Amino acid sequence: MKIHEYQAKAILKSFGAPVPDGQVATSARDVRKIAERIGFPAVVKAQVHVGGRGKAGGVKLANKLAELEAAADSILGMLIKGTKVHKILIETAANIDHEYYIGIVIDRARKNPVMMVSAAGGVDIEEVAAKTPEKILKIYIKRHLGILSFQVRQATYFLDLPRGTAKSFSLITQALYGAFMAKDCSLAEINPLVLTKDGEMMCCDAKMNFDDNALWRHPDIEAMRDEEEEEPLETAARKKRVSYVKLNGNIGCIVNGAGLAMTTMDMVKHFGGEPANFLDIGGGAKAEQVTEALRIVTSDPNVKTVLFNIFGGIVRCDLVAKGILEALATLDLTLPIVIRLSGTNEEEARAMLKDTALLAMPTMSEAAKEAVEVSQR
Amino acid sequence: MSILVDKQTRLLIQGITGSEGQFHGAQIIDYGTNVVGGVTPGKGGQQTLGVEVFSTVREAVEKTQANASVVYVPAGFAKDAVLEAIDEGIKLIVCITEGIPTLQMITVYWEAKNNDVVLIGPNCPGVISPGKAKVGIMPGHIHREGRIGVVSRSGTLTYEIVKELTTAGLGQSTCIGIGGDPIIGTTFVDVLAMFESDPETEAVVLIGEIGGTDEEIAADYIKQHMTKPVVGFIAGLTAPPGKRMGHAGAIISGGKGTAREKIVALEAAGIQVAKRPDEIGELVKEVLARKA
Repeated sequence: MKIHEYQAKAILKSFGAPVPDGQVATSARDVRKIAERIGFPAVVKAQVHVGGRGKAGGVKLANKLAELEAAADSILGMLIKGTKVHKILIETAANIDHEYYIGIVIDRARKNPVMMVSAAGGVDIEEVAAKTPEKILKIYIKRHLGILSFQVRQATYFLDLPRGTAKSFSLITQALYGAFMAKDCSLAEINPLVLTKDGEMMCCDAKMNFDDNALWRHPDIEAMRDEEEEEPLETAARKKRVSYVKLNGNIGCIVNGAGLAMTTMDMVKHFGGEPANFLDIGGGAKAEQVTEALRIVTSDPNVKTVLFNIFGGIVRCDLVAKGILEALATLDLTLPIVIRLSGTNEEEARAMLKDTALLAMPTMSEAAKEAVEVSQR
Repeated sequence: MSILVDKQTRLLIQGITGSEGQFHGAQIIDYGTNVVGGVTPGKGGQQTLGVEVFSTVREAVEKTQANASVVYVPAGFAKDAVLEAIDEGIKLIVCITEGIPTLQMITVYWEAKNNDVVLIGPNCPGVISPGKAKVGIMPGHIHREGRIGVVSRSGTLTYEIVKELTTAGLGQSTCIGIGGDPIIGTTFVDVLAMFESDPETEAVVLIGEIGGTDEEIAADYIKQHMTKPVVGFIAGLTAPPGKRMGHAGAIISGGKGTAREKIVALEAAGIQVAKRPDEIGELVKEVLARKA
C-alpha cells in the first residue's frame, strides 16, 4: 500500500526526524491560514501517488501570498499522469545547499533490510542506480542488530557530510529505520534529504510503501489509504479479496493461481492479443468468487472477451463449472466467454457447459488463441 | 531416492483441526504419507483423521518422533508455529500459509538457517515425492514416479506443468513449490543443489516468475555447478512494473525483476527456456536425449 508524502512525513516526524513545517490542504481557501503560520518562502506540492509530479508542474515555490494562492489554485485539480490532484502540501521552503538520498528496502537475496545512501539526491534514484551505481552506498543491516554506529559513520564518510551534521544524520537514519521496522514498510525513503545553507538536515520529501500482508497489524496505516489514488476496479476487487490488477488490453482473464494467471496473460500476448487484467480467484475457485471475478472483469469497458483458465487440481472442475453457470445466471453478460477447464472431472464439466454459449477449449494455449481470435472478430 | 520427503518422513500437521488442515490433511493421508500426529493449541488429547492431536509441538515430538512438519496455521499465528517447530528440533518444515508479513519472515528465515532447518515456503504448495510422500496441497494424482525434478515459485502453474510432464511420460522424482513470497526459506539454488546430488533425478524443470533475482542467481549456479540439464519457464512477461501480481513476491520494483531479465540470464547460462508451458515436455525430452 502507498501513502502520500505528507503522511510519510508525519510518520517520520513521530520517529524524531526533522521535517519542514507544513500542512495539507484540499482547497485554495485554506492557503492563507497556513501561510500566516509558516511564512515565506513556501512550497506547494501536489499529493499524488504517481511519480514525476515535479516535471508535470505539481511543485511550485511562492514568495508571497498571491503567488502561493495562484500556485495552489493551479495545482489543485491538475492531472498528473492521469491522476487528479485532490490534496496539496504547503510547507516552509528549505534553503538548499545540497540534496542527498537515503532509503531502505528489503534485500530479498540477503534476507534482511538494506539501506542505500547517495550524495546524488533529489533526482530519480533508479536512474542513479542504473547509470552511476558507484554513487550509491549499500549498507546491509542485520535485523537482530539494527543499524550500527560504524555503519552510520561509513555513510557519513561516503556522503562527505560536513562537520556538525553527523549527529543529526544519525538520528535521521535511526528514525527512518525505526519507522521502516515498526510500520512493516516495503520501502521508506527520504529524497531529498536536504542540507540547508544554515547547516541543518531536513527531510524535504518522503515516500513510504507498506507490506500488504502486514496491514492487519497497523490500523493506523490502513486508515491512511487514499482510495481516490487507486484504480477503482482494483479497490473493488481488494474489498472482495480477489487479486486483480488492471491492464490496458481487451481480453479479460480469470484464472486460479497467481503464476498461472501471469502465464495466461503471457499466452494471450503470445498469440497476438492484449490482456485486460491480472486476476487470481485463488486455488479454490468457489462460486461466489467466480461471480465477483466476472463482475469485476466485465466492469472494465475495454473488455471484449473473457478468458477463463482453471486448473482443477484438488478442486473439481464440475464444481467450478457449476460456479460459472451460477455466476452467469446472476449476471447479464453478452460478451463471448472462452473457457479452459482442466483436471479432475473435466469431461463432466465440459458436458455441463455444452449447452451454453461458452467456448470450451481443452488446453491453455488453445483457449488463449481462441480468445484472441474471438476478440478480433 | 528423491529429495526432502519420502517413506522415512514422519509428518506432523500443525493446524490439523482447522479447515485447511482437515481438508488437506485428509488428502495427505490418502496419498500414503506417514502422518504421525497433529498440533493445535488447546485441542490436545483429541483424535482427528485417525491421528492424535497435541497442544504443543514438544509433546507431539516426544510421543511420535516426528521429523517433519507441515504448517496450515493462519497468517497471524504462522510465525509462532514455525518457530515452535524449529525450537523442538524438527528439521524439515513446510509452511503452506499465505500472508505472513515479510519482516516476520526475516526473523523466521534466520532462525531456521541458524538451526539447520530446511524451511520450504511460506505461501507455497509444498513438496511431493510421487509414490512416496506428499506434504502440501498439490493434487497427488497428476504426479507420476520418475526422474524429473521440478522446482517452482508457483502453485497451479506447477500443477499445469507437472501434468504436461506426466502426459509426456516424464515422471517426477520430487516436485517442490518454494513459495511466492519475497522472503522464502529455501531458494532455487538450495533445491538445485539437492537435485544435483540426488541419483534418482536426471533433469530439472525450473519455473520462475517476476520479482527478485533468485532466477538470475540460479542461472549462475547452474552454469557453475550443475551437471544435470535444466529446462526453464518464466511467468510474467506481460506484468506491469510496480504492481504486485497476486504473489507478494511477484513485483517488478525499481525496474528490476522483469521476466525478460530472467529469461536472458537463464539463456546466457545455456539453459533452454520454454515460451509456453506446453513446450516443456518436449524440451525435457530433448535435453535428456542430448545428455544420453
